[in-house]
Amino acid sequence: MSKPAALIQWIDERFPLTANWKAHLSEYYAPKNFNFWYYFGSLALLVLVIQVLSGIFLTMHYKPDAALAFGSVEYIMRDVPWGWLVRYIHSTGASMFFIVVYLHMLRGLLYGSYRKPRELIWIFGMLIYLCLMAEAFFGYLLPWGQMSYWGAQVIVNLFAAVPFVGEDLSVWIRGDYVVGDATLNRFFAFHVIAIPLVLIGLVAAHIIALHEVGSNNPDGIDIKKKKDPKTGIPLDGIPFHPYYTVKDIVGVVVFLMVFTIVVFFMPEVGGYFLEYNNFIPADPMKTPPHIAPVWYFTPYYAMLRAVPAMFGSQFPGVIVMGAGVVIFFLLPWLDRGKVRSIRYRGPLFRGWLYVFIVSFVILGWLGVKPTDFLGKVGSTDLEWATLLARIFTIVYFLFFLLMPFYTAIDREQPEPDRVTG
Amino acid sequence: MKLLERLIAIAALVPTLAFANVEVPLDTAPIDTGDTASLQNGAKLFVNHCLNCHAASHMRYNRLTDLGLTEQQIKDNLMFTTEKIGDHMKVAMSAKDAAKWFGAQPPDLSVIARSRGADWLYTYLRTFYRDDTRATGWNNVAFPNVGMPHVLAELQGELVMEEHKAAEGGEGAHGASHEPPKLVLAQAGSMTLKQYDAAIADLVNYLVYMGEPARNSRVQIGMMTLLFLGVLLVFAYVLKKEYWKDVH
Repeated sequence: MSKPAALIQWIDERFPLTANWKAHLSEYYAPKNFNFWYYFGSLALLVLVIQVLSGIFLTMHYKPDAALAFGSVEYIMRDVPWGWLVRYIHSTGASMFFIVVYLHMLRGLLYGSYRKPRELIWIFGMLIYLCLMAEAFFGYLLPWGQMSYWGAQVIVNLFAAVPFVGEDLSVWIRGDYVVGDATLNRFFAFHVIAIPLVLIGLVAAHIIALHEVGSNNPDGIDIKKKKDPKTGIPLDGIPFHPYYTVKDIVGVVVFLMVFTIVVFFMPEVGGYFLEYNNFIPADPMKTPPHIAPVWYFTPYYAMLRAVPAMFGSQFPGVIVMGAGVVIFFLLPWLDRGKVRSIRYRGPLFRGWLYVFIVSFVILGWLGVKPTDFLGKVGSTDLEWATLLARIFTIVYFLFFLLMPFYTAIDREQPEPDRVTG
Repeated sequence: MKLLERLIAIAALVPTLAFANVEVPLDTAPIDTGDTASLQNGAKLFVNHCLNCHAASHMRYNRLTDLGLTEQQIKDNLMFTTEKIGDHMKVAMSAKDAAKWFGAQPPDLSVIARSRGADWLYTYLRTFYRDDTRATGWNNVAFPNVGMPHVLAELQGELVMEEHKAAEGGEGAHGASHEPPKLVLAQAGSMTLKQYDAAIADLVNYLVYMGEPARNSRVQIGMMTLLFLGVLLVFAYVLKKEYWKDVH
């Protein structure tokens, strides 16, 4: 026996190395018809690794102290060798993470990847999305610029809107009556250890659940129904390694090219990835005229602002915003369709999905802008932007709430026996 | 290459318009952070005129070697408050005095070009005008009721708002109020207005550089990285084609 083979055998007798390699890579059979949309899962994993690695190096030089934080970021940008590169990789990675994850989620909607038996994959995925939002929110305070500070102030104040316990709750979260040094320190702890630990655990659960039931595909049909009688391998399945590893490498290189263009030529992306006002140090005495969250939160921010205060409380808006995220969890049980993929769905689901995508994008756009940027409706006090946000918030929720009805009566087409193209 | 860098730089600066204090049309700053002579002149203007009140507390003097200067040249020509070349650009004025004299501490200028944008700075520094209603005797079109006096008046001269003249003359009242305010030179400075615009362009160019000293090397390294990934993409694609030949 050759030396490497002997070593592997030595390991296999003590740890299931070969068994895992086979189960998850060389003998994990994935449908052969994955298309463009199937790159974003592996890309999300790549961005996670990029964020963890660049984050470790930033942590070596960053100071989580209200008096030093802003300066330490500039120190990284100027005095730390290659610090500017590490910082831009991390700030670009944050936005790219959301781009990749939003496209990954859209893939799930297009091909019904959340449907039975993949409900748990979807739920783990949604928990990852929640963690990602928390991670981005905590991390955004750390540069201690004006938008960091006031963004955190606005979001923590949302908790103050909770009836009865709100005030105490918000003080407990901040560790102070305003966002301050105590807040910065604890957000740092959440950002660099608490949330990443949970995140990595959830990613593992997401992948284990996926490999238990097998991958969906653009036709939404079950490849395990047609197996080679001799080998028991799905006829439309191919081993993940080497076929999808070599294919994903192409996707990774293209993605890295986009990433490179942002990092090196336009790290601010016109104020969307790095907000201009965040280059002003946090000033608790000076509220900026327009506080805008980073782009990936803006659809939910638009919902929050769209809901009018009731009984002098912003709580209804907070509830709507929270429901906007939580409702995704229910998707596997709201969908009564018989086919999974958009390819064989009827006109009702297709129509609603497109309307939903448009609503999400428009809400995101409205969330970036100040509420008065479109002027008032006629001679009323109502802002056009608020009216639009209300309409699209309602449409957003109707996509989910009406789903049990329109998917049940939709004119679906028959699925093919084997995967196509 | 140069043109592309500029286009990218301009594209990155366009949306800064939205972040100005008030909605005034901004003049486009002719920025070129590759122009060493312009950056050196800008640095000279900065340490002579700005660094008395405004600090740039994240910028070290020895970083100015980026601009093609030796440490000795920096020490001899650009350092007035410190002897140590590795020091940050600090000011002697205390925050308390500053607040007493100007109503607020003058902001640190290390990253001012990143928050305000080059076009805003270029417009702001050229639109101070005489206004006797203000304590300093100065006002500004881009930053109304600004606390800062026009410290560069000796170079630019004194501008006044044209509206006042028209009102005194008593003509052209029709629609005059809809036109943007025009500034006219009342008293010449040591530079012509054209020379002054060029000087401010250099100063703003320097501020853009100082906001992000890694800026120039970033673009160069980016080109190399893209080139590398482009070559890698060819190999990755060929590899994928080779493996997928047997998938039907």
